[in-house]
Amino acid sequence: MIRRTHPELGDPAAGNGILSRRVFLEGTLVIGATGAGLSCGSAEPLAVQPWMKVPGTGFAGYGQPSPFESKVVKVFPPPPNPPGVGSSRTPLHMLEGMITPSGLHFERSHSGVPEIDPDQHRLVIHGLVKRPLVFTLEALSRYPMQSRIAFIECGGNSLALNAPQAQPLNVAAIHGLLGCSEWTGVRLSTLLDEAGIEPEARWVIAEGADAAAMSRSIPLTKAMDDALLCLYQNGERVRPSNGYPVRLLLPGFEGNMNVKWLRRLKLTAGPAMTKDETSKYTILLKDEKAWQFVFPIEVKSVITRPSPGLALREPGFYEISGLAWSGNGSIRQVDVSADGGRSWAPAALQGPILPKAPVRFRAAWQWNGSPAVLQSRATDDTGMVQPTRAQFAAERGFRGVYHYNAIASWRIDEMGEVSNVYA
Amino acid sequence: MFTLKPIAVCIAMLTLAPAAQAQAPQLGQPIAPADIAPWDISIGPDGAGLPPGRGTAIEGEAIYVAKCQACHGEKGERPNVALAGALVGGIGTLAPDKTPIKTVGSFWPYATTLFDYVRRAMPFQDTKSLTADEVYAVSAYILNLNGIIGPNDVIDAHSLPEVRMPNRDGFIPFPRNPK
Ligand code: HEC
Repeated sequence: MIRRTHPELGDPAAGNGILSRRVFLEGTLVIGATGAGLSCGSAEPLAVQPWMKVPGTGFAGYGQPSPFESKVVKVFPPPPNPPGVGSSRTPLHMLEGMITPSGLHFERSHSGVPEIDPDQHRLVIHGLVKRPLVFTLEALSRYPMQSRIAFIECGGNSLALNAPQAQPLNVAAIHGLLGCSEWTGVRLSTLLDEAGIEPEARWVIAEGADAAAMSRSIPLTKAMDDALLCLYQNGERVRPSNGYPVRLLLPGFEGNMNVKWLRRLKLTAGPAMTKDETSKYTILLKDEKAWQFVFPIEVKSVITRPSPGLALREPGFYEISGLAWSGNGSIRQVDVSADGGRSWAPAALQGPILPKAPVRFRAAWQWNGSPAVLQSRATDDTGMVQPTRAQFAAERGFRGVYHYNAIASWRIDEMGEVSNVYA
Repeated sequence: MFTLKPIAVCIAMLTLAPAAQAQAPQLGQPIAPADIAPWDISIGPDGAGLPPGRGTAIEGEAIYVAKCQACHGEKGERPNVALAGALVGGIGTLAPDKTPIKTVGSFWPYATTLFDYVRRAMPFQDTKSLTADEVYAVSAYILNLNGIIGPNDVIDAHSLPEVRMPNRDGFIPFPRNPK
């Protein structure tokens, strides 16, 4: 039954069934290195279904997913929190590729999602500038634009893994504060140049038009480097939950700094020390000190499939699939282990590999039906390697809450059930 | 002829692209500081931006009870709303191996942040509704509950930046930020 045209492609590359990534690179799928393929009994005769015979529905102004996909939704805690405080999380285990559908992009808001009339919206640039300026959305829309694919990850993503015991949570609940879009808009440097930067200016205080007036201080160097005022997300206007009508994108920097519903940019000599850069988004270390202004999301990866809730049905071939990203550059390599980090093999990286964008990685795995612990470990092009949980803890302990990026582990038991563990 | 024209335009745009980038349209409208003032609510740690006005903890208690207590709990110690967080207590809990309780009193490095944040974002259902006097007074109340100032200390644009927060020296820069 099993054609092994290139027997070497099924060769083990690391312990406990990890196969060579040449399976992906050479485009040939070889099932069953141990000879156990999927069940090979004869299939049922093919049915002619009703939808094959009568016309389907007509056109829709805005397309919706199939009703059969109704479980693919963001997850968020039920009330009684004040509405809109907290976050909703992207169901990473149900998605593929690198782009997050706009409607499934995670959201973190501090006072709900404002309903902003774009004609009434204004963006003001002032402070240490020669000419304070105000922009309408219509004016912003007339500037030369740029697109780039970039991830946004909340600084609080994966914080559940700081807990002393591994919690029974799935990939959305742990790692779902991550999204990636094609963002299109105007370079912030263009508008700052128009306003004329005074020589003493070092920081830009960005502020939202939401009721919380969420505000963060951003180094002027970043504002002038690759900051983008985004009007479009995945080709359409930015979604309200992601900052309509204009949001700041600071590629690679922690999500909170990418201020949504942007209404004001004030240039200053020093940071404002806002609540979200003192009380929150600072990292308390093992001693009494806390790191402040932790900007880049450091190199990280997570396996999205298999993952909790996506049980393995029977021993055999599985693709291990996941995402790797770094706010400091591009992903150079992802290694995968099925034996809790004792042995590793490189995964195949799905192009395009872009700086500050997630990369989909894939590894071939022959599960023999015995317990396994799956891990992924990313390396970026600055040479930074994702730390083990022990290395992460040795540097900063587990009191930091934010920017948890250590290697994560999924345990597979004999029944094929997947759970979050520390290994 | 109809088809050729757009092509010519495209070629012109391609050759001009770098120049167009350099001289982007200047579409920002000048605006006077007085017209920005209603939005200019950022307060610096040196007190820059603090408005005229004053308040004491004694005066702030009634505002707190009426407008904050429902979510942040009596005397700011036990919040009734999940993400609201305690505003008071926790001093000493940042010590190694302790479970930190991060509050205004135990963790915040600058008292000016309290004015900035309460004015822009609280009370939750009706933000930017307090007068400057009310924000000074309720800030004084929270600082007093934390044992940082006295009940009759006057908090205003001059005294607020002078308040020494217990964790003022608790922060160090992250060593791996991009240059
Ligand atoms: C309806 C509930 C509610 C009311 C009323 C309320 N708050 Fe809050 N408060 C919250 C929530 C929710 C947050 C967290 C917001 C976030 O996630 O950014 C918060 C955060 C805060 C914080 C920051 C806490 C920290 O450690 O970061 C302060 C300070 C604060 N509130 C002060 C006040 C004051 C002063 C008042 C009264 C004038 C008030 N609040 C009224 C719900 C409330």
